Amino acid sequence: MEILMSIMIGVLFTVGTYMLLTRSLLRVILGTMLMSHGANLLLFTMAGLQRGVAPLLGSGAEAYADPLPQALVLTAIVISFGVTSFLLVLAYRTYKVHNTDDLDQLRGSVDE
Amino acid sequence: MNNIVILPILIPFIIGAILILFAKKHTVQRVISGVTAIGMLVISIYLAIYVYQNGITTLELGNWSAPFGIVLVADMFATLMLVLSSIVGVVCLFFAYQTISSEREKYYFYPFYFFLLTGVNGAFLTGDLFNLFVFFEVMLISSYVLIVMGGTKYQLRESVKYVVINVFASALFIIAIAYIYAVTGTFNMAHIAERVAELEQTGILNVIAVLLFIVFAMKGALFPLYFWLPRSYYGPPAAIAALFGGLLTKVGIYAIIRSFTLIFIHDPTFTHKGIIATIAGLTMFFGVLGAVSQFDFKRILSYHIISQVGYMVMGLGIYTRLAIAGAIFYIAHHIIVKSALFLFAGATQRITGTTDLKQMGGLLKTHPYLAWMFLIGALSLAGIPPLSGFFSKFPIILSGFEEGQYVISGVALLVGLLTLFSMIKIFNYAFWGEPKHTEEQANFPVGKLLLPIVPLVALTIILGFAAEPVFQYSLQIADQIMDPSIYIESVLKE
Repeated sequence: MEILMSIMIGVLFTVGTYMLLTRSLLRVILGTMLMSHGANLLLFTMAGLQRGVAPLLGSGAEAYADPLPQALVLTAIVISFGVTSFLLVLAYRTYKVHNTDDLDQLRGSVDE
Repeated sequence: MNNIVILPILIPFIIGAILILFAKKHTVQRVISGVTAIGMLVISIYLAIYVYQNGITTLELGNWSAPFGIVLVADMFATLMLVLSSIVGVVCLFFAYQTISSEREKYYFYPFYFFLLTGVNGAFLTGDLFNLFVFFEVMLISSYVLIVMGGTKYQLRESVKYVVINVFASALFIIAIAYIYAVTGTFNMAHIAERVAELEQTGILNVIAVLLFIVFAMKGALFPLYFWLPRSYYGPPAAIAALFGGLLTKVGIYAIIRSFTLIFIHDPTFTHKGIIATIAGLTMFFGVLGAVSQFDFKRILSYHIISQVGYMVMGLGIYTRLAIAGAIFYIAHHIIVKSALFLFAGATQRITGTTDLKQMGGLLKTHPYLAWMFLIGALSLAGIPPLSGFFSKFPIILSGFEEGQYVISGVALLVGLLTLFSMIKIFNYAFWGEPKHTEEQANFPVGKLLLPIVPLVALTIILGFAAEPVFQYSLQIADQIMDPSIYIESVLKE
């Protein structure tokens, strides 16, 4: 399972990097989304995937799952959602003001 | 255990939330935010004195003991940074009263101002790597809003790049944290330091160290990763630019110094003397070259942030007691002087209506106080003796020569010279020569604008003339952070 996840993370990062390098603003945002999903998945996988019950006292189970990465990945997901929504609004506004979503035309000149 | 440790995080957070309710009422917002900012300054100074007298103070949130729960750690370095951030917070706020447009005030300037301070203070105080990430994000999201506030064409365009770069850096940060958890099985920085000491820093830990260094270097604008800074700091008004220029990059530097004096200390020839020192030299050099090439008040200052961040990292790269103390003194000096200079840029922009140096001139005749105070700040930044810039650069360069790092020390001296050159260029173009501004601009009353800057200029003079006690304090901080066992023991209480 860990190997499958590693391959998945690799694919996410590859696609994310490819998208980041394109000229369209919307694709760049999709790229950052994929990258943060990859990073979240990595954080989740790095603790090792094991089957087990929730770590509560007195449940008397054979194996327990590590709760820490789950709590952390939840926080990280919330943060990346928030940032992505902000980025989308920002990109929309930039598109409205500049009338373009081509990053080559958003470069800006030296003297302004 | 002391609950006062959480106040610098809790107060701006709660007040920021309350201020949202009063978004359309200017006076109420101003009164509340002014009182809060001064209150935070008092609390952080009290905390600094308390930590100075009683040693490292920790707060275990919810009484979960250290490696299991979240801890806040106030050591001398963190409290010094808290005091500095509060000073800049007060000063920029009072400058914003004079300069910020009422449109911006309506659109939640003050709440995000305090959320930014929440993130910055949190990043200084936290003793937990994942919380560092969370507080970085709190700080960054507020900075996104503040940097784009106003929504001009230029701001929108540059903000997109700023946000995308930082989102990418955050993804890298999560990756680094994930690796650390895989290797050490903990997020508590003291606990990580302990485990890393047991593991010996080889292979994988060097990779993590470099990855974390890249993340923090991106926030701190170090050599190859500084390209976003000059453009994005040019957009927002002076009060916000001063806050960013003073604080944001320094949070990255704080995180670098913290992690490379606490966790990754077992292979200094590779990390400190190899990577960090080289990057520091390149940062200083290319930053100052950028400053020399520019003809715009704010842009020159933005490039100077880059070159001076190099000095702080150079202190870490040399990695002796004296150099670290110098770096800490330099951070204090830089936060104060850089914010002051950005506010000067705002004041001159307010008078002349431009930041282009070629369109200014002769402000010395019409606004002498502004000009002479600017000169003090400029000379201090360049490191002219009786001011604080000299006494903070001197120990860094001295220990560079002592350690035989001749190249980087030579670069540091050259960069000092070029800094002086570009600051004098500002003075020449903006203040010297024939007046280029109109009669109306010449009579512009500047007193109110100068009032918030006076404390900063006074502080750089005081730091210069009282260099001895300040440097003793920096040496004590250096002693504390050069010996990680003090930090580890006070967090884990073994």
